[in-house]
Amino acid sequence: MSDPVSASAIPDRTTPLVAVRDLSVSFVSRDETVRAVNGVSFDVMPGEALCIIGESGSGKTVTMRSLMRLLPKHRSVIEGGISVAGNDIQALDERRLSQLRGSLMAMIFQEPMTALDPVYTIGEQIAEVVRRHTHATRPAAMARALELLQLVKVPSPERRLKAYPHELSGGMRQRAMIAIALACQPALLLADEPTTALDATVQIQVLILLRKLQKEFGMALIFVTHDLSVAAQIADRVAVMYAGRMVEQGSVREVLLNPRHPYTIGMLSSTLHGRVRGQDIETIPGSPPDLRALPPGCSFAPRCSRAIESCSAAVPAPIVLSPGHDVRCIRTQDQPAPFSPASTLAVS
Amino acid sequence: MYLALLLRETYRTSAGVVANPMWLYVIRRILLAAPIAIGVTVICFALIYLAPGDPIQSLLPPEATQADVAYLKQVYGFDKPLPVQYLKWVSRATVGDFGTSIQTNRPVLGEVRRALSHTLIISIGAALLAFPLAIALGTLAAFYIGRPPDRIATMASVVGISVPNYWLGIVLIIVFAVELGVLPASGMGPQGSDDFSLTQWAQLKYAVLPVLTTALVPLGIIMRSTRAAMADVLSQDFIQTLRAKGLGQGAVVRHALRNALPQVLAVMGLQFGYLVGGSILTETIFNWPGTGFLMNKAILTRDIPMLQGALLVLALSFVSINLAVDLLQTAVDPRVKRG
Ligand SMILES: Nc1ncnc2c1ncn2[C@@H]1O[C@H](COP(=O)(O)OP(=O)(O)OP(=O)(O)O)[C@@H](O)[C@H]1O
Ligand SMILES: [Mg+2]
Repeated sequence: MSDPVSASAIPDRTTPLVAVRDLSVSFVSRDETVRAVNGVSFDVMPGEALCIIGESGSGKTVTMRSLMRLLPKHRSVIEGGISVAGNDIQALDERRLSQLRGSLMAMIFQEPMTALDPVYTIGEQIAEVVRRHTHATRPAAMARALELLQLVKVPSPERRLKAYPHELSGGMRQRAMIAIALACQPALLLADEPTTALDATVQIQVLILLRKLQKEFGMALIFVTHDLSVAAQIADRVAVMYAGRMVEQGSVREVLLNPRHPYTIGMLSSTLHGRVRGQDIETIPGSPPDLRALPPGCSFAPRCSRAIESCSAAVPAPIVLSPGHDVRCIRTQDQPAPFSPASTLAVS
Repeated sequence: MYLALLLRETYRTSAGVVANPMWLYVIRRILLAAPIAIGVTVICFALIYLAPGDPIQSLLPPEATQADVAYLKQVYGFDKPLPVQYLKWVSRATVGDFGTSIQTNRPVLGEVRRALSHTLIISIGAALLAFPLAIALGTLAAFYIGRPPDRIATMASVVGISVPNYWLGIVLIIVFAVELGVLPASGMGPQGSDDFSLTQWAQLKYAVLPVLTTALVPLGIIMRSTRAAMADVLSQDFIQTLRAKGLGQGAVVRHALRNALPQVLAVMGLQFGYLVGGSILTETIFNWPGTGFLMNKAILTRDIPMLQGALLVLALSFVSINLAVDLLQTAVDPRVKRG
């Protein structure tokens, strides 16, 4: 690739590729304001895989979309800083932004059924992104598209090149999406629940493929999932989101084996529901807060069995437990030895 | 063979990829259009008996005898049983013989053909003006949905659709012909209608006001459906993928239009069909000797052969335009099953 911003152009592995600082996103309409993301900060190193876990509506997708500035311009208010490879995403002009999208950073979406244009062939759609970011001619871009389909292990790729999305299975379409995302060897790959819509066996194949390609290309990966076992397989680091905040983040080992936030602990134990015989099953009672009217303090406090009065006073600041492992809970210090459910999860 | 083709299943290869024998689809569509065309001929023929008044009576002076009536009936073939009359009429019509106009005594086909060519000047002109403009405005509105550009465009289209044609025609005549005197008010120019030349402004200017008047309604309707189709496409997930690929606004519009095209084509085809039928009001106001004008005259004078011939030609053009649009739609939309 002749593009100046590709993975190989960022040799420095000690400064973060992605730095998000105090990101807040709200959706404003005439009669309500939905606070989808509320002060999220995280870093991703080049080549690192970060998994964002959290229940539905916790703001995972919105966080991912803000990284690419894909949110509806006129209805969303974005505050805080987002930097990718030194580019201030918020400040970029449209032209520069569109140059970075697809080349420096690429995104894979949740629904392979609807994420591809139904009236263009797979080949055209892959070649299009190649041509957008390189000076490749049409035949050269097509040849590259074929290579990419081979890379993502699509069977009989010559034929798939000329196929339309509706002629492919879900897993095949998601592979085509991955091919589009990888076409220009991005330094950062954003994957928003890329396997949720797929059958279990296909899910695993696609995951293995993604992990392999991420390692091969040295890409940084931000991966959103509901599934803890997926996180255990894919991630170097894990961030847990709740009501638009990252309540706990750390290395995959730390977070899954030694969770410290009551929400993380609750989530880990409820995930094990039915999997571990004889173990006490704890599910978190209650439901997440209304994003239109967030409680003043910790947003998990109303559901938390360990909550005390001061929990509702102010949003807890992150407490650093060990380098790279921090928790937003004022009760962290005086917790008993945490429940350790993750011994049953395969932590790589 | 007809039925065998109709009942044929879509071809599928083992991998589930639909092979698309487009030609087979074309033949099927044409065969499906045939019953419609036959229905059209039956209705056109039945008109004689649906229309009030006896055409023979209107030809004869009041003092004509029963023998005179019987003689004329025989001359025009009205004395035969209905099915025989129908078959005779159809078989003649298929070779282009629609009989003779009762009023002008000239062959119906020639008259209809001339009127149609005049109407086509207006309808093609209006289509060339309205269709691209409507698509552009509809696309713009869809991009700015709910915001001022959309509001303005939508309001304009509502006005365009609801303003009566004849009223607009009269206003245009008053402004451009009477007050400003820059365009002629009516007719097809001094050369007359027979050698109307599109390349000479002296003649072409006679078409300007009728074209403007005619273009307004299709402009509004096509704009509205383009807006709806484009807004629907733009809200779909794959638009995000396009943006995430780094495509600019122009490329996104191209993709969206390609997706909305089948829907918009259908509406354009229907509108063009209406345009070819000619507008009785517009053509009367501008004294433009097209199909609307011709039919109006035929109705007023109970010129049944003329009315039948004109209706048949127009209905068949409508059926063929729809067929053409249908095939075009299939050609541009890979999602449609062909087979
Ligand atoms: N365009 C939008 N306009 C208004 N509200 C939005 C918009 N996009 C997202 N939201 C709201 O923001 C909140 C967070 O949504 P988000 O899609 O980020 O959740 P998520 O964590 O990705 O959930 P899931 O696991 O279901 O995908 C939700 O309450 C959602 O309703
Ligand atoms: Mg989501």
